[in-house]
Amino acid sequence: MKNKDEMIGGRMSRVDAVLKVTGQATYFAEYEVPNLTYGVLVPSTITKGRIKNLDTKKAESAPGVLAVITHLNAPKVPAYEAQEPSKTSSGRGPGMMAFHTDEIHFNGQPIAMVVADTFERATFAASLVKADYQEEKHQTELKANLAQGKVPKTNKSLQDYQRGEKDAYKNAPVKLEEEYVLPTEVHNPMELHGILAHWEAADKITVYAKTQGVKMTQQVIADTFKLPKENVQVHSQFVGGAFGMSLRVWPHEIATILAAKKVNRPVKLVITRNEMFTIAGYRPHTHQKVGIGATKDGKIVGISHWAHVQNSNYEEFTEATVAMTKFMYRIPNVNTTYRIVPLDICSPVPMRGPGEATGAFALESAMDELSYALNVDPIELRLMNYPEKDPERDLPWSSNHVRDAYKMGADKIGWANRSNKPKSKMEDGMWVGYGMATGTFGAHRRPATARACLNADGTLLIQSAASDIGPGTGTAVVQIAAEVMGIPASKIRFELGESKLPDAPIQGGSATVASVGSAVHDACLELRQKLVELSGNALKNAKAETLVYEDGKISSPKDRSASITYTEVLKRNSLPKLEVTKESKLDEDQQKKFAMYSFSVHFVKVHVHPTTGVVKVKHAVALADAGTIVNHKTASSQMMGGAVGGIGMALTEEAIIDHRFGRYVNNNFADYHVPVNADIPDVDVLFVDKKDPYTNPMGSKGLGEIAIIGMAPAIANAVYNATGKRVRELPITPDKLI
Amino acid sequence: MKAFQYVRSTTAKSAIDALAKDPAAMFLAGGTNLVDLMKRGVTEPDKLIDISRLPYNKIEKESSGVRIGALALNSQVAEDKLILEKWPLLALALNAGASAQLRNKATVGGNMLQRTRCGYFYDTEMDCNKRQPGSGCGAKEGYNRMHAIFGTSEQCIAVHPSDMCIALAALDSTVIVQGPKGERKIPFADFHRLPGDHPEKDNTLEKGELITAVTLPDSPYAKNVHYLKVRDRTSYAFALVSVAAALELEGKTIKSARLAMGGVAHKPWRLLEAEKALVGQTISEATFQKAAEIAMHGAKGYAYNSFKLKMAPNSIVEALKIAAGLTS
Ligand SMILES: Cc1cc2nc3c(=O)[nH]c(=O)nc-3n(C[C@H](O)[C@H](O)[C@H](O)COP(=O)(O)OP(=O)(O)OC[C@H]3O[C@@H](n4cnc5c(N)ncnc54)[C@H](O)[C@@H]3O)c2cc1C
Ligand code: SF4
Repeated sequence: MKNKDEMIGGRMSRVDAVLKVTGQATYFAEYEVPNLTYGVLVPSTITKGRIKNLDTKKAESAPGVLAVITHLNAPKVPAYEAQEPSKTSSGRGPGMMAFHTDEIHFNGQPIAMVVADTFERATFAASLVKADYQEEKHQTELKANLAQGKVPKTNKSLQDYQRGEKDAYKNAPVKLEEEYVLPTEVHNPMELHGILAHWEAADKITVYAKTQGVKMTQQVIADTFKLPKENVQVHSQFVGGAFGMSLRVWPHEIATILAAKKVNRPVKLVITRNEMFTIAGYRPHTHQKVGIGATKDGKIVGISHWAHVQNSNYEEFTEATVAMTKFMYRIPNVNTTYRIVPLDICSPVPMRGPGEATGAFALESAMDELSYALNVDPIELRLMNYPEKDPERDLPWSSNHVRDAYKMGADKIGWANRSNKPKSKMEDGMWVGYGMATGTFGAHRRPATARACLNADGTLLIQSAASDIGPGTGTAVVQIAAEVMGIPASKIRFELGESKLPDAPIQGGSATVASVGSAVHDACLELRQKLVELSGNALKNAKAETLVYEDGKISSPKDRSASITYTEVLKRNSLPKLEVTKESKLDEDQQKKFAMYSFSVHFVKVHVHPTTGVVKVKHAVALADAGTIVNHKTASSQMMGGAVGGIGMALTEEAIIDHRFGRYVNNNFADYHVPVNADIPDVDVLFVDKKDPYTNPMGSKGLGEIAIIGMAPAIANAVYNATGKRVRELPITPDKLI
Repeated sequence: MKAFQYVRSTTAKSAIDALAKDPAAMFLAGGTNLVDLMKRGVTEPDKLIDISRLPYNKIEKESSGVRIGALALNSQVAEDKLILEKWPLLALALNAGASAQLRNKATVGGNMLQRTRCGYFYDTEMDCNKRQPGSGCGAKEGYNRMHAIFGTSEQCIAVHPSDMCIALAALDSTVIVQGPKGERKIPFADFHRLPGDHPEKDNTLEKGELITAVTLPDSPYAKNVHYLKVRDRTSYAFALVSVAAALELEGKTIKSARLAMGGVAHKPWRLLEAEKALVGQTISEATFQKAAEIAMHGAKGYAYNSFKLKMAPNSIVEALKIAAGLTS
């Protein structure tokens, strides 16, 4: 008998749940390595210019200090010498060369690392390093520098786009043109960033990292230090949340590797919460403008979408801010413009729903505004402009059930109670508002390899160099293997997070289950096939796919007595184990034939206090059209987490720079407000749960990103419905509503 | 963090003596504010005198009023039966502050002496007259959304961040301190000070003095009270504006009133004129509006905090309405 909860579509608990809640899961900073030392960074206190003089003497003679590493004494880095820090490893390299020159690119940039025998001593000594600078005028303010916007060179898909007539919205009978501003947001996973670097030999290094891709980290380090890949080993079995911040190797990671070389001992760096804001990326502050026009009966005629995105001055960062506008609705005339604005600040990095979460705030707010201008229900407006196929590439959808999601969500939130007239409903002395918004993200699948190894005792070991930053990848993989092999989950183990394992892509873009899950699926299929071939009995001539695989045995559906256990197959063939390694990827033709996207819809009900402006989200419904839901429990948690992130985006989160100095003024957890438990209402998660016929063998589509995309505009729209006040600059803090 | 010595005192005398001897020493109570400031290099004592074991952690009924030991925990006071029964406003204010974990560690004395949360005060790279007298005020021309609208000076526009103190100010409490020269009683209104030309001084405590208790007189404010805290998230955030409101009612007539505001000044901001305007009036939105208008005399906004000029009076009205039972 198959345990349904362990199969695809079940709701088994996380395979690593016990390890995590009992503290046995080992995170990078917890590894014990003999002779370990501790690194602490010294930040630049100016925003732009050069280091004139560095006084490290006091720090060097402080108790316990082994070395102070700076650009003056750092070991040479081959890739830096060749001036190619970001050319390596498809842009996932450090980008900026820490300790290579005297140049200062942003406030907080590491200018030195103190290494000592304890963390406390290193921290104290770091405070003794003094620098003199030659300061130059800096620019950190996006708004003041919009004119400096450039077309990105590194991303073709973000060149200016036009379909039909340009700015056609201007001639439409009903039109609006508004600006939408998203502040800088910082990922702030619970686990701080850092790395533990250990040179095992002059040309051999092992690192324990916080990464969303051990293979990526391995490649970057190998390229940066010009080492053979196999001489770089990366361990990252558990990651305490990342949300995108660990999709690249940061300069401070390379700095730590340099420090370990310098002191000839392993060095561990764990950056501070303050540094999580300054040196490890963020969701970029973005100014957007949307012009949208429709006929009086609600047919959208044209839309224009402009985005100006905060960037660093030393590399390009791009994300798909204007992508959704091109295909979410059936609009004949579309043009989009995307500009990056180089500023004296650290580079951004993808943050959950990168680009789309920002773009959806503009697009879905504008859709809501249009619905009021037309006096139609916002769901109705979306249905009237639903595209039967992808209007951008003129392709059929692989699957698109967003209309079902609108219906399900409307029922669940009680949309019928909504008034189309703002500021017309009160409950317990509070204005009541309902809002909704749509989100979407590409349903990606990348090449991945998995090894499936059946042991003589009937246990199954699955291996792939995937990451699991929290979504429950490991659990989904075990379920997929359990389903294909007919082995109970308790007998399956999944090894991940080691660079020596078979190739897996980075955990980004909601593609891990689709990529690694497919590889595991295909490897298990092949393993089954081999078992059948080796079975040596009547079954061996049957077609593998016609047989039944259950309880660790193969049987014929016609004649259940004609069966053989997997262990028996191995025994008969005197095999200690049977192993398959399989690469799996999406058929490229398929990709050209269909538009593959996940969709989400968020519904919220808010209360707004009429005189203090305090917003309380009373109820949220998060819906996903993400194909087959492999595990309903972990998928619900994903969606809930995304909704919480969306509440932060809408109501509380904003990293603030004092532009006179180019320094953050609220880079800590007391002043940068992530939502707390008391901010979170009941979140109902609903899935359309219909298999996508084309994306991958499971028929799943990604979930991690769409979980947040659209939540913020749904709240902004609900706030408008409650108060008649349209807030176009997030977060919606109480002061904006009084 | 600078290296420091740690000593533990078990009597008030030894603590006071130890502090008198060492100009760079400081008392350590719950440590929830002081240790943070030390980590950031804002405060650099060379010695910590741990007073957390001094016998001042009781809440005792007195012939009139109550005496709250300076080392009573914020959570302990908020849950105390007597306080909940007679001075519920204090419990409401305490529970609006920080988080459960912090309240379990923070003491009454420490809460009164917590320092401003001005970002420029916390960042040792920025100018701040409070941290470094004479260096300038980073906030005045900077990001001052959380800052004061009353009683500011050229030198400093910071606010006192405490919630508890707003209730203590409203409830006419008295601070009891012990020093090298013996015991002293300071009316709560005189305890904290305005920045003036010396923003480095938050209060009128003198060097070497130890807070031993806070006393509250008997009060008629056991029923119609409310502490309203408007903030950027539902919990674990400092006040944009807060209001402690207490009414003594006879039917619908106000016999006496107590009002104080937080998040608006360098000290808990008692609204004496507004209180007077309420006495003898009938509870109504209009009455409360008038009081709020009076309360706002002399308020002045800065680049990022002018919203408080509207949020503050709105909050006064709202808090009074709730205290009077005019809303849910
Ligand atoms: C993230 C965060 C959020 C917070 N949010 C809020 C909030 O919303 N509202 C709020 O009101 N507070 C808030 N707080 C502040 C908290 O209330 C204070 O940190 C706490 O009350 C300080 O008490 P303590 O006993 O830990 O003081 P300590 O940190 O030990 O001491 C503070 C100061 O008081 C001195 N001191 C302590 N006791 C005495 C005494 N008996 N006599 C003389 N001097 C003494 C110390 O020398 C020190 O200078 C927050 C704190 C944090 C960290
Ligand atoms: S407001 Fe006061 S505390 Fe803040 S920077 Fe100015 S002087 Fe310092």
